[in-house]
Amino acid sequence: MDKNPILRIATKILFAPIILFGLYVQFHGDFGPGGGFQAGVIVASAFILYAIVFGLEKGKELFPLNINLFLLALGGILYGGVGIVSMLLGDEFLSYNVLGSSKQAGQHIGILLVEFGVGLTVSNVMIALFYAFVDFKSSNGETK
Amino acid sequence: MIDIIIKNLPILVVLTPLMMSLIVVLISNNFLSWLLTLFTTLITLIFSLLLYQEVYLHTAISYALGNWVPPLGIEYLIDKVSIIPIIIIALISFLATFFASKIMPAEINNSSISKVYSLWLLAIAGLIGLVTTGDAFNLFVFLEISSLASVALVAMGGQKDKQALVAAYNYLILGAIGATFYVIGVGLLYGITGTLNLADLSNRIAEISDNKALIAGFGFMVIGIMLKAAVFPLHIWLPRAYAYAPSAVSVLLAATATKASLYILARILFSVFDISDNLVTYTLQYIILPLSILAMFAGTIMAIYEKDIKRLLAHSSIAQIGYITLAFAIGTKASVAAGFIHLFNHALIKGALFMAITSMGFYINKRITINNLSGLGRAMPITFVCFVICSLSLAGIPLTAGFISKLYIIKASISADGIWIAFLILASSALSVVYLWKMIEALWFHESPKEPNIKEKPEIYIALLMITFLNIYFGLDASIVVNSSFEAANQLLGVQK
Amino acid sequence: MISSTLGVWNYWIVFFLMMIGLFLVIGRKNLLKKIVGLTIFQTSVFLLYITFGKIQGGTPPILNNINETVYSNPLPHVLILTAIVVGVATTALGLSLVLRINSEYGSIEEEDISAEDLIDYHDLIETSKKISVKFKK
Repeated sequence: MDKNPILRIATKILFAPIILFGLYVQFHGDFGPGGGFQAGVIVASAFILYAIVFGLEKGKELFPLNINLFLLALGGILYGGVGIVSMLLGDEFLSYNVLGSSKQAGQHIGILLVEFGVGLTVSNVMIALFYAFVDFKSSNGETK
Repeated sequence: MIDIIIKNLPILVVLTPLMMSLIVVLISNNFLSWLLTLFTTLITLIFSLLLYQEVYLHTAISYALGNWVPPLGIEYLIDKVSIIPIIIIALISFLATFFASKIMPAEINNSSISKVYSLWLLAIAGLIGLVTTGDAFNLFVFLEISSLASVALVAMGGQKDKQALVAAYNYLILGAIGATFYVIGVGLLYGITGTLNLADLSNRIAEISDNKALIAGFGFMVIGIMLKAAVFPLHIWLPRAYAYAPSAVSVLLAATATKASLYILARILFSVFDISDNLVTYTLQYIILPLSILAMFAGTIMAIYEKDIKRLLAHSSIAQIGYITLAFAIGTKASVAAGFIHLFNHALIKGALFMAITSMGFYINKRITINNLSGLGRAMPITFVCFVICSLSLAGIPLTAGFISKLYIIKASISADGIWIAFLILASSALSVVYLWKMIEALWFHESPKEPNIKEKPEIYIALLMITFLNIYFGLDASIVVNSSFEAANQLLGVQK
Repeated sequence: MISSTLGVWNYWIVFFLMMIGLFLVIGRKNLLKKIVGLTIFQTSVFLLYITFGKIQGGTPPILNNINETVYSNPLPHVLILTAIVVGVATTALGLSLVLRINSEYGSIEEEDISAEDLIDYHDLIETSKKISVKFKK
């Protein structure tokens, strides 16, 4: 597909705005519709689009598998880490109130970090699923 | 620091394996990932023992996640009932991890071992979370975490035997249907009562009588959980999944997976709904009781005719699950307590038997059928002795853990005017001797084809020795298990009975 | 009677989808179609929850200063967000298993697979019988 100039140029133009839109959905989740799940899928779609148009090899060059796995775990660890920090500060698990100077500030910080963790994990899971399915080699050796 | 840990114990038992599974997946060194897994399960075991102590100090611990007050927020509830499955899962997962050190690399490709351990911890976290949570929907999430992780673990057996893939597929489909049934039930109950907290749910259900949606919701929930717990006619996924999973995974799943679901079944029947309610009484008397009796015999007879040993043990698990549900179905305090005693003892017995058999399979390096066991007992004396002790325990011979649970089930059934049930239990136990003898005969009395030159490795038999020791210990001094089970039954059935 | 039965048309849709999904899971022999059925089955449950959450004339649950506002129930939506994620995980795992099965067996029809499994199983028993007969002699 990488021979088709329209697809190639459209992908290059769209790539950054898709991620930007993903980040908007991510961080605007406090005030309006949005949040980690949706944003994660949107961000992942940018990388998946890139890999579809330029081929899996190029896609893996842009976003290598080991970084993918690392970020996938990091998202979950970030989520749990927020909970552990709130426990260490003497409150219940995932209680955001103690994280900031006031209760409201704490809630802000907490939900932002947790949703960011969710977003990281979701986007990386989506990309990992895409890689796994596209890269699947049957026992006969042919790529499906 | 200590008081922070004590205060947060209910979440820590779930969080430790959950978080560590994310870290383990990043480690590429196989030995290191195993060591970390072992360490994690050890910590979880220590936390769960601390929790046991705490529960007996306070009778029940309620933990509000994110400091949201219980009926609204998610509550983690540990009482004398839920502590029993937590201890079972933590203990067995520690022993199984210890056992896995040499067994796992023999069956799994080097590149995927750390991922397998990550799934392993995820499955443990899911199972413990399932028991800990006091929120009906959170329970569903943990149910799916544990079952998806176990499906992936079973599918890992596909690297050796492709039938594992089909087994995993069936497990996935039936597990997903079970979980979805449960969610439909929760949805209907939520529609009527407007709450998801299990304790709150039970209070509000008590106020409602004669509501069709309530009955439908109850039915969906119970069927869904029965499917997960492999209660007799819904057991079809179990033998294959256990037989084709990698050895260490069979040990873990056989000893823990259905136990958590059985606990949930007890919780729904006795705690969310009321035992004095006709709905529950009829379900117990006309559905679960006959099914359990069928399970006892069907499972045992299927096991007698089975050639593949792992499958044989899986069929025998179905029969043993039958004993547990039978004890629940009788529905008196003593019988429910007996059910919990057997829940604990069966986990020890089945874990030990699977360990013994799979370590034999490790040495002969092929599928273990009744015929290629010939003479292995002489070549592997330590494993064989452990195997015999645990078989006796399964059959219910005195001085073993299995005897205690059979004794209490029979006592409870006699005191509940069910002499015939006691006879059926004895008959089925007698039948179980047939398949156990079949294995022991093959192991010891059959001539071995060629003298197998086997040197037993301590890494493998130490875990087996530990679990066998527990089998004997809890047969000689069962007071801890019996007392905590009776406390659990008291708390579950309330004071009036 | 009729109006009260048809008045709950959303529940009719839910149960219609539920039955379609369950039928596909049970009735189809193709492993991929079973997964499709499972997804439809789960989707019907999502709709069931969303239906509970809707209140006629309800607004999004954002606090305002008007006193007598009717809010829709947001909780089922949050629950279903979680359930959707679980559903995605189930589907992904199922599809990857189907891929593996296809590459190992060369088919995703249940009949082909169980036929091959049975052969394997009988082979195992037969060969082990032969071995044991040989050593008894």
